[in-house]
Amino acid sequence: MEKIRVKLCCGTLCYVMGGAELQSLPDRLSENLKTQVAFSSSTCLDYCNKYPTENPPFVDINGEYIAEATPNKVIAKINQLIENK
Amino acid sequence: MAVTNNAMLIRRQLYQYITKYFRTGQLEEIDKIPLKMRPKSSGSSRCCVYKDRAMLRYKLMAMMGASVQSETDELKPLAEFARVNIDHDTDDMPAFRVVDEACSSCHKGNYVVTNMCQGCVGRPCEINCPKDAIEFNNGQAQILDDKCVNCGLCKDVCPYHAIVYKPVPCEEACPVGAISKDEEGREVINYEKCIHCGKCITGCPFGAIVEYSHLFKVLPGIYKNSPMVALMAPSIIGQFKANMKQVREALKKLGFTAVIEVAEGADKTISKEAKEFDERMENGDTFMTSSCCPAYVELTRKHFSGLTRFVSETPTPMHYAGNIARKHYPEAKTVFIGPCIGKKSEARKDDTIDFVLNFEELGAWLITENIDVNSLKGIEQDKHASAEATGFAVSGGVTNALREKLSGNYPIYPQNINGINKDTIKTLKRLNKGKSDGNFVEVMACESGCIGGCNTISLPKIARKQLEKLVNERRDTEETVPK
Repeated sequence: MEKIRVKLCCGTLCYVMGGAELQSLPDRLSENLKTQVAFSSSTCLDYCNKYPTENPPFVDINGEYIAEATPNKVIAKINQLIENK
Repeated sequence: MAVTNNAMLIRRQLYQYITKYFRTGQLEEIDKIPLKMRPKSSGSSRCCVYKDRAMLRYKLMAMMGASVQSETDELKPLAEFARVNIDHDTDDMPAFRVVDEACSSCHKGNYVVTNMCQGCVGRPCEINCPKDAIEFNNGQAQILDDKCVNCGLCKDVCPYHAIVYKPVPCEEACPVGAISKDEEGREVINYEKCIHCGKCITGCPFGAIVEYSHLFKVLPGIYKNSPMVALMAPSIIGQFKANMKQVREALKKLGFTAVIEVAEGADKTISKEAKEFDERMENGDTFMTSSCCPAYVELTRKHFSGLTRFVSETPTPMHYAGNIARKHYPEAKTVFIGPCIGKKSEARKDDTIDFVLNFEELGAWLITENIDVNSLKGIEQDKHASAEATGFAVSGGVTNALREKLSGNYPIYPQNINGINKDTIKTLKRLNKGKSDGNFVEVMACESGCIGGCNTISLPKIARKQLEKLVNERRDTEETVPK
């Protein structure tokens, strides 16, 4: 089964505006979810320029973005993707 | 650091706006920041956007060192405060203050009956209250503030968990009782007692405690191309998703003439402190404590005079790093970049440090300059601090470093105080009476050490991983290079 790809934007803007806390995400997943998700930390994903009206931090999940990302928002999105599979 | 919250994010946004307008030379725009952050169409966190804007204006004033009470002209443009700051040479304002307008004047009564109260027949709250402070109105318990002594018995005995403890967060966070209410219920800092640990800053959910920012000192110098040297605290390594070479390049890109690791100073501190330890043991001292955490040193000075004589007299890594900067760049201003407000307080008494920026201010500045730390190539360092010195930023790091440098004549029995809080104050009281559990006591005001400072960006456990990686890399190179 293909893993869900979660890219955490670690550009300075995202990182300072709450993105640093997203680094704890891998530890917060249940054992079951851990096997289904591939996390990576990325250089600036440029969502801040593409969507200037939305706020950082940004996270990319399978090519879709989440603005104002929090650990809970990201986990909810992961769960939703798994359910819809 | 605190868990990410909006008060913290607002503070970081304000820093971003300030740096942006300095960069573009549009100080007049500072007045528009409250309007930009709270436009008419936006929601508000307080009663209305106008209150939010006023709060932002006063926070900006406090960042520029101006007290809200001293305001005589409410229409005075913020740009004027900024200009005064740029020209003002000495740093004689309090390092931080409570912004009255933002303070919510949290209710002092610590126990509150919620509407979970069922007005039961048993009424153990009423029967067990030693001060007769519980009354029943309309079938609900009510606590009489003038009689209540906050013992909490009613909360413990309520079978419905209907009584909750509601703290005043800043007072709760302060380990030394330096913040309390005035007659009007607003919080006031007693600077005679304050140890500049910064716990009230992160503790206040309204973000009402605001630091005086040295951005107004550093940015004008940088943009005028005056020589300035950055002294980066060891805890910087955990703050961005980047390695030390990249952080170094980022600081160079900001315009600093040179970048020095404060850990280089820590190497000097360790050598001297190891000698001091031996001397003290030889003289029959029962123990010695670390001295690099400024909030701890201030704690001993202001609250535990019996402990002062046990505090190491060795200068801090910041001081030695400042000396290195002064020696190599005598013309330059020195800017310490660190995790906390404590260092700002320490720097004031130290001639080798001119200004202090915290990691949040640095982060905001990097954002303004569009510098993505983790996409930089990085600058190689011709020399760097030792692995032990690099580890100073984590609680236990000073002890580890000292152990490596000791002569071995006197074995070390370490005792570690990881964070100054209401619990560890008890241990410190014992130390104050000369009673210790070891012969070297390391004290860090923040839990986890400097990586847990009040102005850090990363979670301490993430920062710790990055720091440990660097320490290990440095240890590996040291082992391959013969000394």
